[in-house]
Amino acid sequence: MAEITLTNIVKNYGKLEVVHGINLDIAHNEFVVLVGPSGCGKSTTLRMIAGLEDITGGTVSIGDVVVNDLPPRKRNISMVFQNYALYPHMSVRENLGFGLKIAKQDEATIIKRVDEAADILGLDELMDRTPAELSGGQRQRVAMGRAIVRHPEAFLFDEPLSNLDAKLRVQMRTEIKKLHQKVKTTVVYVTHDQVEAMTLADRIVVMKDGYIEQVGTPMDVFNNPVNTFVASFIGSPPMNLLPATIKGKNIVFADDKSLPVPVRLTGLVRDGQEVVFGLRPDDLTPVGHGIAESGDGAKVTLDIVLSELLGTETILYTSIAGQEAQGKMFGPRIVAPGETLEFDVAMDKAHLFDAATGKSVRVE
Amino acid sequence: MATKRVPFWQREKYTPYLLLLPAFLILMFVVLLPLLFSLYTSFTGYRLIRPESLYDWVGLRNYRRIFTDGDFWSAFGRTILFLTIALNLEFLLGLGIALLINKITWGQRTLRTIMMFPMMFSPILVGYQFKFVFNDNIGILNNALYALGLSDGAIAWLVDKYLAMFAIIFAEVWMSTSVFAILLLAGLFAMPRDPLEAAKVDGCNSWQVFRHITLPFLMPFVFIAMTIRSLDVARAYDIVDVMTGGGPAGRTELLWTMIARTGYDNARMGQANAMAYVSILLSIAFTYYFFTKLLAARKYMGGAE
Repeated sequence: MAEITLTNIVKNYGKLEVVHGINLDIAHNEFVVLVGPSGCGKSTTLRMIAGLEDITGGTVSIGDVVVNDLPPRKRNISMVFQNYALYPHMSVRENLGFGLKIAKQDEATIIKRVDEAADILGLDELMDRTPAELSGGQRQRVAMGRAIVRHPEAFLFDEPLSNLDAKLRVQMRTEIKKLHQKVKTTVVYVTHDQVEAMTLADRIVVMKDGYIEQVGTPMDVFNNPVNTFVASFIGSPPMNLLPATIKGKNIVFADDKSLPVPVRLTGLVRDGQEVVFGLRPDDLTPVGHGIAESGDGAKVTLDIVLSELLGTETILYTSIAGQEAQGKMFGPRIVAPGETLEFDVAMDKAHLFDAATGKSVRVE
Repeated sequence: MATKRVPFWQREKYTPYLLLLPAFLILMFVVLLPLLFSLYTSFTGYRLIRPESLYDWVGLRNYRRIFTDGDFWSAFGRTILFLTIALNLEFLLGLGIALLINKITWGQRTLRTIMMFPMMFSPILVGYQFKFVFNDNIGILNNALYALGLSDGAIAWLVDKYLAMFAIIFAEVWMSTSVFAILLLAGLFAMPRDPLEAAKVDGCNSWQVFRHITLPFLMPFVFIAMTIRSLDVARAYDIVDVMTGGGPAGRTELLWTMIARTGYDNARMGQANAMAYVSILLSIAFTYYFFTKLLAARKYMGGAE
């Protein structure tokens, strides 16, 4: 129940710097998700907050206390690990109560808090089992229970769902969300799965190569990615990114076909600028099969290479100016490869990035 | 249609037995027959120098004699004491060494190899080496103590009854601590890192992490080492025989030095075998005890990932 502040956090392993001066303010009771590909430094950052990794430079404070030199046990945080990290020789009850026992809480408090946590997570039936006798989902629930009994200042989650199968992962994701609504606490959650990030977070922190690329609400990050990395990382299927050149009021592609520069981006681009045109598959829809007809919609005619049926929608693979691109068909019908369709392009939702820097023209 | 009878050794239901037969035969000749033979001799007045005494059935006389013999019970008790002290010391030292080596990042392999050197020596030679170390006149220990001004006379390490016991325990521990160290080090290597970190976050200091997480995880390895070593120590003979020969005045006599003396020096093989059977029961009891503990400790380890 505290804010967490990272100021210029740096982490070195020997001479190799893996986290390059991160700044982040996490508000009281906020659910923040650090997301990024493997090796982006997100887990390292979390472990520095937990105190499991030394901090090479900068400060971490929890509440008003700078915790750089405090061991994990003095930081009053709980952590849920990817491999659950249950104590194999203890029963579920002992696992849950262990932290309280170490903190020398009296027996009555321990029983009360353990039962409370077991109740929240539905562990009542399993209390006398050992971790070896639990399934993956149950183990993860015990790990979360162990985190909540201590009423910590903050929860840290390190990829807690990545060892679960797909169905269970979705189910546990919902449970974590519910848990946070019940047990209001600051949460820092690390994942490489952008869907988890989108669904769980109050705020998403997108990381890459030890830098923060963008911080924002899920909608903000989704709608206004600051660069091509964020644009391609958040959202599934990923945003189409096509190289183009600005000529006057037009975006001209490699095959000399062109689209008008979107109204909201005029004035942000200069004539002759090399850009990357970004368009989500949701905004490239066959005429009559979009979510809503777009206001300043442009139309293009494209050949279908492949179609993937998903039920409520179909992903259409096509090519624009020699580059593979994906569109979506809502309210789908069967589409045969080789078919030619006319597409609406929702230009008011299109993005333009500078080709050299990769940054959105809106932030330059 | 005339069915030709298949010879029995080609019939499927006999195949497993046929395949097991060589093992059974070897075990029978190498283990079972000698065991039964020695069991039989323990009921005879068999003396090595009078082969015909092999047929001299005396019933339980040998057992009655040893059970009423104070010297035997002293040796029996001393063996248990020796075993208890040596195993616990080896466990504690081995644990300490393993924990220290586990911390080292540079030169760990070399240290692991060096650590095993004592195990590579013949116990007889270890006995001689320590006989020299502890010798009251020319031993380096007394010389060192004297040179450092820590003692003014010769300490009779191998003659005083407590010091002699201490000396052989010291030699035994020196030689075999690495068994514990190696097994516990293997345990530490196999230990998952996550529960340790979880415990740290859960509020444990280093001692508590060790006490509540590391040690329970190591216990199966401890019991494996205990099982092996209890068998080893219970039949301790060579070091003791070389260093003190069971002396002074039988004060360091262990079961096996006594058995060897009775069987070979006094040629009373029948009685020696009776003692040997009692000592084997002791070993079995220890092994059973540690094995039960091992199974109990291992029961939980299925969840360790």
